[in-house]
Amino acid sequence: MWRFLLPVMVFLAIAGFLYAGLDLNPQLIPSPLINKPAPDFDLPTVNDPARRISRKQLLGQEYLLNVWASWCVACREEHNVITAIAQSGEIPVYGLNYKDTRKNATRWLAQFGDPYVASAHDLDGRTGIDFGVYGAPETFLVDAAGNIRYKFIGVLTPEVIEDEIWPLVATLRSTPAAKAEKPAADKPRAEKPVVEEQDPAE
Amino acid sequence: MRPARKQRLWMAAFIVAGVAVAAALTMTAFQKNLLFFFSPSDVMAGEAPENQSFRLGGLVTAGSLKHLEDGLTVEFIVTDFGHSITVRYSGILPDLFREGQGVVTQGQLGADGIFAADEVLAKHDETYMPPEVADALERSGHPIDEDKSQ
Amino acid sequence: MIPELGHFALILALLVAAVQGVVPLFGAHTRDAAWMAVARPAAYTQLFLVLFAFVALSHAFATQDFSVVYVANNSNSQLPMMYRLSAVWGSHEGSLLLWTLILSLWTAAVARFSKSLPEAFAARVIAVMGLVAVGFMLFMLFTSNPFERHIPALIEGRDLNPLLQDPGLIIHPPMLYIGYVGFAVPFAFAIAALLSGQLDAGWARWSRPWTLVSWSFLTLGIALGSWWAYYELGWGGWWFWDPVENASFMPWLAGTALIHSQAVTEKRGAFRSWTVLLSITAFALSLLGTFLVRSGVLTSVHAFANDPARGLFILVYLLTVIGGALTLYAWRAPRVASPIATTPMSRETFLLINNLFFAVAAATVLLGTLYPLVIDALGLGKISVGPPYFGFMFAILMAPVVALMPAAPYVRWKTDEPGRVAESLWKPLAIAVAIAALLLPLYWSGLSLFLLGGVLGGCWVIVGTLWYVVRRFRTRPPGRFRLLPAGEMGMILAHFGVGIFVLGVTITNTFSVEQDIRLTPGEEYELAGHVFRFETVETLDGPNYTATQGTFLVSRGDDTVAMLYPQKRRYPQGNQMMTEAAIEAGFTRDIYVSLGEPLSDGAWSVRIYYKPFIRWIWLGALFMMAGGFVAAFDKRYRRTRAAAAEHAAPRVVEQGTAPQGA
Repeated sequence: MWRFLLPVMVFLAIAGFLYAGLDLNPQLIPSPLINKPAPDFDLPTVNDPARRISRKQLLGQEYLLNVWASWCVACREEHNVITAIAQSGEIPVYGLNYKDTRKNATRWLAQFGDPYVASAHDLDGRTGIDFGVYGAPETFLVDAAGNIRYKFIGVLTPEVIEDEIWPLVATLRSTPAAKAEKPAADKPRAEKPVVEEQDPAE
Repeated sequence: MRPARKQRLWMAAFIVAGVAVAAALTMTAFQKNLLFFFSPSDVMAGEAPENQSFRLGGLVTAGSLKHLEDGLTVEFIVTDFGHSITVRYSGILPDLFREGQGVVTQGQLGADGIFAADEVLAKHDETYMPPEVADALERSGHPIDEDKSQ
Repeated sequence: MIPELGHFALILALLVAAVQGVVPLFGAHTRDAAWMAVARPAAYTQLFLVLFAFVALSHAFATQDFSVVYVANNSNSQLPMMYRLSAVWGSHEGSLLLWTLILSLWTAAVARFSKSLPEAFAARVIAVMGLVAVGFMLFMLFTSNPFERHIPALIEGRDLNPLLQDPGLIIHPPMLYIGYVGFAVPFAFAIAALLSGQLDAGWARWSRPWTLVSWSFLTLGIALGSWWAYYELGWGGWWFWDPVENASFMPWLAGTALIHSQAVTEKRGAFRSWTVLLSITAFALSLLGTFLVRSGVLTSVHAFANDPARGLFILVYLLTVIGGALTLYAWRAPRVASPIATTPMSRETFLLINNLFFAVAAATVLLGTLYPLVIDALGLGKISVGPPYFGFMFAILMAPVVALMPAAPYVRWKTDEPGRVAESLWKPLAIAVAIAALLLPLYWSGLSLFLLGGVLGGCWVIVGTLWYVVRRFRTRPPGRFRLLPAGEMGMILAHFGVGIFVLGVTITNTFSVEQDIRLTPGEEYELAGHVFRFETVETLDGPNYTATQGTFLVSRGDDTVAMLYPQKRRYPQGNQMMTEAAIEAGFTRDIYVSLGEPLSDGAWSVRIYYKPFIRWIWLGALFMMAGGFVAAFDKRYRRTRAAAAEHAAPRVVEQGTAPQGA
């Protein structure tokens, strides 16, 4: 009675394609900006509108640029991880406060703690657009020469930091291509475990 | 017994004929309406068809949007960071059309190298990136490393 | 505290649903009355618990509890109360909760109105629905918990997507879901029938009113969605063949086929295994719709990038429920298959044709929706299937349906004389052709095969259906006036609605005028006999947005037709723009103005539409919906119950005992 089996066969075929379709869903969209100079920006900081922060100022060091906003729930989730990175002293973390009001942003920082060296206040989201931001949170790794080396969409996890970001930072610092002012060549490897231990504690 | 068999034959013939006609129609309509998606790099490589509609997608280059004299026709540049193509569209852009964001346009490539769009699609969600665009960016973002950036 | 209670209630509901899914099924198998009796109390308890969870989430929204992640993501302190409550189903987690709530409502309804069914059968039906609920609750609790907290609370919420801040969107999803989820009832009936081997006319009669009610809600839900897209998206279209729309349309097509095939199974005992298969298919397509819309296969990348487990979970769930059901079907259906004992000229044949075309239509839409995914999965590139494919295929497939539909009721069951049928049909057909010909001057300007076919088809359906009513009343014995049976009334209403719908679609698609223009305040533009004068532009403040509002004076000759106020809104939270079109609605035409963007010298780009007969599309859908509801209340569905009740307690007056069906 093959005709009664036909429906279940058709269904299984469809299910197979749906399964394949799930895998197609890009989890990580590589940014076209990778290995290109980071877009130029010059913005006031969140904490002090009189102070400004720009791409030029940050040249000469590797840093993480973390896109966040007070309306972004996932950023709240990510906050512990960002704080752990900042406390490790391994790499400076700068914030890009994306499409947010200064009032809400400062309250958010006051409430949860401010892990950032400084946060640029991108009220109209123009800088975010230049960086190709899909939404918050997103994190960029910028090298000493001001090039974007890595981009992560969504909530950073200790695994991503461990498996992707630290190795990349290590290679950046060991290669002479980037004209780094503070070489500190092999240090990161030694200090990695510190971060790892801190994360579960948070 | 005979009439019953005859009827069943009737039915079977009817169903088979119906399904065959439907299948034939479906396939023709299908072929005609498949819209292929190309990135600017694909188009520059000559992969896109001439005189036939297709979809072109990428990011709208920041600062490239301009209104022509009549006020309704707009031009903007769609890029995948490998190559760029100017798109011309007459009409009102959707709410979520933004410079720097992903866009999918549908239309034909003119002899002047300008893509004449008759539809500009931007989705209802600000965090939405059309999957085709994401894919196109991925393809051009990886291999073309030190190409002319932006 | 309250969100935790809601979460706890949901966990309890899962346990209750598991009991409801297993114990009665086992009881039915072993004929253990006590175990079977668990079904109904479990169904009511489950409803209570899910309702509690739903109210708890609504409470979190009403009180702006931003410590609940889902609330913070979908609400904002500026959001008006009405939208705070509808934001409960504004996104993934909450809409799942709504889905589950509606499923438990349907289950409780089945528990309440199935007293006349054999105990074992009712126990199986309720158990199957319990199992369906278990999957959804597991999904919610493990991958999409709406009660998840973040302490301390966020100061401000992200705001509901502005597109969803609209009265239409308050009622559209619940209606759609009631329809979607309602197909779980005929599904459960089909599974129970396969399990018990009891696939007779009685089975079809029991599940038919449930199918009709679900189908009606689904019809309403789709119509509301189309109407919402029309006025809210600012494109002036009423249907886009977009995957999300197709996801709701496929179950509708399968459901329409199901309603008609159930009629044959009920009246003639034929098409049994086909009816079972359609019952499973309709629900399978509902679940597939949920999967397509919710898994991220077709929609936003961002929503699911963080949690690919969701898509996988839904797929496993689909495999279990649908794969399991279809395997059961392959195993048990051969025993219940009924021979087709009919002649070419019979009502069965007409309904078979109906089923054939609706099934092919559903398959066509499925193909067009999934094909890009298949091509992508095979690595053959990125394509999409253009809306003209769907439009063309649909017109072709529905043409025979429209041509044969009015004739079907005239044809007798089992066998009929072609001569007799032709004799009763030629008059309405002649009248329809005459009307279409008389109206010809009115639509001559846009004449095409599509238009001619549509007008002729629409007239034929309307006249043929009305003629049937007249004939029914004429052939009735004279004397006291009596209404037709509700089942027949429902059919007439729904078919009449199809006629209205066909006219609306053909006329709108042919004669709509759309124009994008540049206008400066003070300027005028003439379109379709109307003069549009752009008076002023001003800025206003809404509760959570600022708007630029234009004023347009629309006049025809010396008469003022309407003042229209289209808006361009900016929602500062998330910096989103929204176009609010202004529409002057009318029975024979809509006038539609929307603001584009500011141009140089104070000018604006403006979009003006003139859409004749567009309201008829939704009006037709409303008639179809009403038809489904009316048919569901046919006395004979209650009579089965009354008759069964009589079995138990003889000498009860029929009318008095009839429990209020469905």
